[in-house]
Amino acid sequence: MNGKVFYATAGMGAKVRAPALVAKDGFSARYDLDRINGVFSRPQHKLAGESYVGRVLVLDAAKGGVATAWMLYEMKSRGVMPAALVLNAVNPIMAQGAALADFTMISGFDADITQAIPNGAIVEVDPTGERPCIWVV
Amino acid sequence: MRLTDEETAMQAGAFGPAVQWAIDHQIRVGGYLGAEDFVPVTQAHIMADTESLGLAGVEWLEAWARLPAAQRRVRVPTITDPRGTDFASAHKLKHQPWMLDLERRTIHAFEALGVLMTDTCINYQTIMPPVRGEHVAYGDTGVVIYSNSVCGARSNFEGGPSALSAGLTGRTPRYGYHLDAHRRATLLIQCAATPRDLNDWGALGGIVGRLAGDYWQVPALVGLDRVPGSDEMKHFGAALASYGSVALFHMVCITPEAQRLEDVIPDGDIRTHDVTEADIRVFQSAYAKEIDTVDLVVFSAPQLSLVEMSQVADLLDGRHADIPLLAITSPQVKPDADRMGLTRRIEAAGGTVLAGMCFYQSYAREMAEANGWKRLATNSAKLTNIIGGYGYRPALMSMAACVEAACAGGRIGARTQR
Repeated sequence: MNGKVFYATAGMGAKVRAPALVAKDGFSARYDLDRINGVFSRPQHKLAGESYVGRVLVLDAAKGGVATAWMLYEMKSRGVMPAALVLNAVNPIMAQGAALADFTMISGFDADITQAIPNGAIVEVDPTGERPCIWVV
Repeated sequence: MRLTDEETAMQAGAFGPAVQWAIDHQIRVGGYLGAEDFVPVTQAHIMADTESLGLAGVEWLEAWARLPAAQRRVRVPTITDPRGTDFASAHKLKHQPWMLDLERRTIHAFEALGVLMTDTCINYQTIMPPVRGEHVAYGDTGVVIYSNSVCGARSNFEGGPSALSAGLTGRTPRYGYHLDAHRRATLLIQCAATPRDLNDWGALGGIVGRLAGDYWQVPALVGLDRVPGSDEMKHFGAALASYGSVALFHMVCITPEAQRLEDVIPDGDIRTHDVTEADIRVFQSAYAKEIDTVDLVVFSAPQLSLVEMSQVADLLDGRHADIPLLAITSPQVKPDADRMGLTRRIEAAGGTVLAGMCFYQSYAREMAEANGWKRLATNSAKLTNIIGGYGYRPALMSMAACVEAACAGGRIGARTQR
């Protein structure tokens, strides 16, 4: 663990290491994603056109409706999904979806995590310890 | 989380594997969100269209439905959000047989679980509105925000798996909007103008949602010069929940928990924003920019009340829609619309009445590809916010302007653009 560690208030899922995809924008699987092709599809989203597959998504806040609670599980069944989700602010739907899918997610930081993690950096997300955290490898 | 003896027994499998999974799921979610215990709920409402579920989700439901009857039935009244099609009109939307097959399998599974297939996102207008202080586990963000704010009920956003869990266990983790501490306002919105049409109420909801920013924010609005009606609250709340992921708002001197400003802002120290009529105009015009023609008109999201169905019928009388015009309502409203001649009037003018579905929950991307739909006019700010991700370009306009565009071959003129 060489880089600065950013601690979250909550986390679930397994430890993962993957490239980060970072934006100061929200997240909703229904609103923002083309889940068939694995890309951000809402034109107004700051990651529009970017592939999210196998990336640690570092975003601002959970947005939108309740569908993400099912969609993470469906995305995982086809293997077209992010490696993990890291959010400044979570909503219950993300927690519910992550719980159903056994998906890695951490949220709640002292600083704006979208400003702290460089886009493209290899990061490790560890929700398994007493204090869930993320750091640049 | 602290568990009662019954909850401990559920966790140990005494009520079967479905209840055991359900309470484990709820404990994981409750643990993540800081719940200390459970609260009993009186109703649950499940969002589970098959575009969201996919084959994996349908098979997951079917596995529970195969359990013995005594182990699989919900223990509180549990109802459903819109389905992914209207079987009677699926051919008009070019829904494919595989979509209908997934829908049938899902319905069969839910029925085996004892779920009531109401297929509506306006249950607060048509089924059984919750009362002030009633703890419920509702899915569909529009249902939650209306129930919390207008009815004074208590629910968090409960996605499909969690709403089903609540149905099976009869309880939900006590966090968020089940607690008094989270129901106070966190930002004050000073409205310099009161919206007129439903799309204006939706636009105001969208603006406030963007200002709020996340689920844990509770806006309180002041300055409205009249009490909004149920459909106006519906469009405002649905857009606020959609744009901001917000689950509760207060309107001072209007909604039940905000009879006085001090009721929801005890210490008066709170961030404040002004919203003007110009803000509402700018919000809407940003969507219609560079769109001069639309391929279809959609009235949906939320499903239309009987009053909205009547308004659509009135606007279409003596006219003819030259492009598809979809009026989507609930299975509870549809028979009344049929009986009162509203369906006949809308369809005689070239419109299509659909029931039990919602446009964006019904394979919107596949419908676009199959029908050549790209540009869409609607009076729903919520639909406007969602549908871009499915490849559509939406224009947000009044119901009258949408009908005008439909009867002008899809052209949006200066006269129609508001």
